Amino acid sequence: MVQPGEEAGLKEKIVAIFVWIAPAVTRELITSLPNLRVVGNCAVGYDHVDLAACAERGVRVGYTPNVLNKTTADMAWALLLASGRKVVEGDSISKNPSTSTFDSNWMGQQVSGTTLGIVGMGRIGYEIAKRAVGFEMKVLYHNRHRKSAEEEERVGATYVPTLAGLLGESDYVVLAAPATGDTHHMMSREQFAAMKPTGVFVNISRGTLVDQDALAEALRGGVISAAGLDVTDPEPLPRDHTLLSLPNLTLTPHTGSATLPTRQAMVQMTVDNIKAVLQGQPMVNEVALPSL
Amino acid sequence: MWHTSAILPPIAEKIPPLDGLMTYGHEPVSPEMIATSPNLKAISVVGVGYDHVHVETCRERGIAVGHTPGILSDTTADMTMALLLATARNIVPAYNHVQVSKQWKYYDPNILWGTDVHHATLGIVGMGRIGHAVAKRARAFDMRVLYYKRERRPDWEEELGVEYVTFENLLEVSDFVTLHVPLTEETTHLIGEAELALMKKTAILVNIARGPVVDHYALYDALKQGQIAGAAVDVTEPEPINTDHPLLSLDNVIVAPHLGSATVQTRMKMATMAMENLLAGLKGEQLPYGVLQPNFPR
Repeated sequence: MVQPGEEAGLKEKIVAIFVWIAPAVTRELITSLPNLRVVGNCAVGYDHVDLAACAERGVRVGYTPNVLNKTTADMAWALLLASGRKVVEGDSISKNPSTSTFDSNWMGQQVSGTTLGIVGMGRIGYEIAKRAVGFEMKVLYHNRHRKSAEEEERVGATYVPTLAGLLGESDYVVLAAPATGDTHHMMSREQFAAMKPTGVFVNISRGTLVDQDALAEALRGGVISAAGLDVTDPEPLPRDHTLLSLPNLTLTPHTGSATLPTRQAMVQMTVDNIKAVLQGQPMVNEVALPSL
Repeated sequence: MWHTSAILPPIAEKIPPLDGLMTYGHEPVSPEMIATSPNLKAISVVGVGYDHVHVETCRERGIAVGHTPGILSDTTADMTMALLLATARNIVPAYNHVQVSKQWKYYDPNILWGTDVHHATLGIVGMGRIGHAVAKRARAFDMRVLYYKRERRPDWEEELGVEYVTFENLLEVSDFVTLHVPLTEETTHLIGEAELALMKKTAILVNIARGPVVDHYALYDALKQGQIAGAAVDVTEPEPINTDHPLLSLDNVIVAPHLGSATVQTRMKMATMAMENLLAGLKGEQLPYGVLQPNFPR
């Protein structure tokens, strides 16, 4: 541990950074470390790393794809089912001292036999789709590029060329796309309005893909029925944020990959990424930097 | 649709003698209540469990009893998975951290770690229609699925890729144990101190069968002592359970208010089925889904 007063000279010594999804690896941070060679990002998303600044300084960036696909897909389903079947609200009712009877007509949304729409059919989206088979759900997906016929067949997924088309047909919408310039606020007022009023929205990608004011309005106004978020913008949300007071919103503090085996694998991969650069070996899971 | 109430016993005095009775909710249909209606021909349960109806009295009186099996299996299996995943991934502790106590002040990679469902071992106790539906869902998560049932079903083992084991073995090796047995004398307190002691310290118990299948005080002790890691119950004894019951004070217990079949689509189908049963019973005809067929003197 660095004691106060010992910082002098440390900046020159730092050759590698191990970082989770926070704090952001900014241009300011990167340029303040003259001998930095590698950023070991312990996450699959790298939107919090200034890649351009890294490219300019010759700093390489590692990340942790694949090892967290299944655990994150499990979380997407935990949020989907909790939101649709009102697990948190139900638990609160059961534990509330004022509860004396259960209203037999207090109900959630049907899951089995309904339609799941996946926005962003990448590695995690694919794992999410796989699990829908057991629930006999119809699976739709929207993606920048259509997948191959075999890939579609493996999970029984049907491509929908427009986002609006997918939203209109889906009972459950799960967003699993990366945070890029194109995906910023891709779910906004118009998109929530395109969903069914019984629709449930789940986001396990990045908070910046969602216009949160629009989401709050949609949930309050019955434009959609419920939502589950593992990610917000910012993280954490301010304590008085309107989303925190909505009974039909289930929130988890970015714990999508939070199980021991998965976190161990992520940490190991990050350490391996860092070691590879420092030892002049190929980095297996490297982020492609923008060309200068 | 009417509001069920726990404060019901005097209802038998308030209503005239009945020809037919449909139950929605789990208020007991006791021998005393049945005795107030000498012309009662049929009792139609909206639900698959009928432990709240005194079937012996109905048998003696030749009263038909119907229920709604099958139609709610998928929805109840969905709720089973919802509770299993919610417990595994700390959905309620997250709610408390983020929305209730508002402790969420910075990103912390070390909090609220859960347990993987994919590739974990699920033990299904009582694999009937609902258990079968749960197995199907669990396999899509790449879970290893074990089952215990009075009569083995090799055809289901082949179809679903599930393994038959002894009750003890199931408890010993499962990461998740889900209960889907009907409530009978034999299944009362099926899960007690001894059974909980056999389970893994990291295991999670899900009860979506009936409250009395689990000894609630044994469950509380086991959780408090770390003999199992967590539990989710959709059913309790009684229902609702007293909110000052020690089980409710634990942060690794989810209690759902009997939501197993609680979706509009499923309840509508159940109501239709129950109506078909009731009408058949009133006419003295074969019930489509009968526990007891009509056998009353005309």
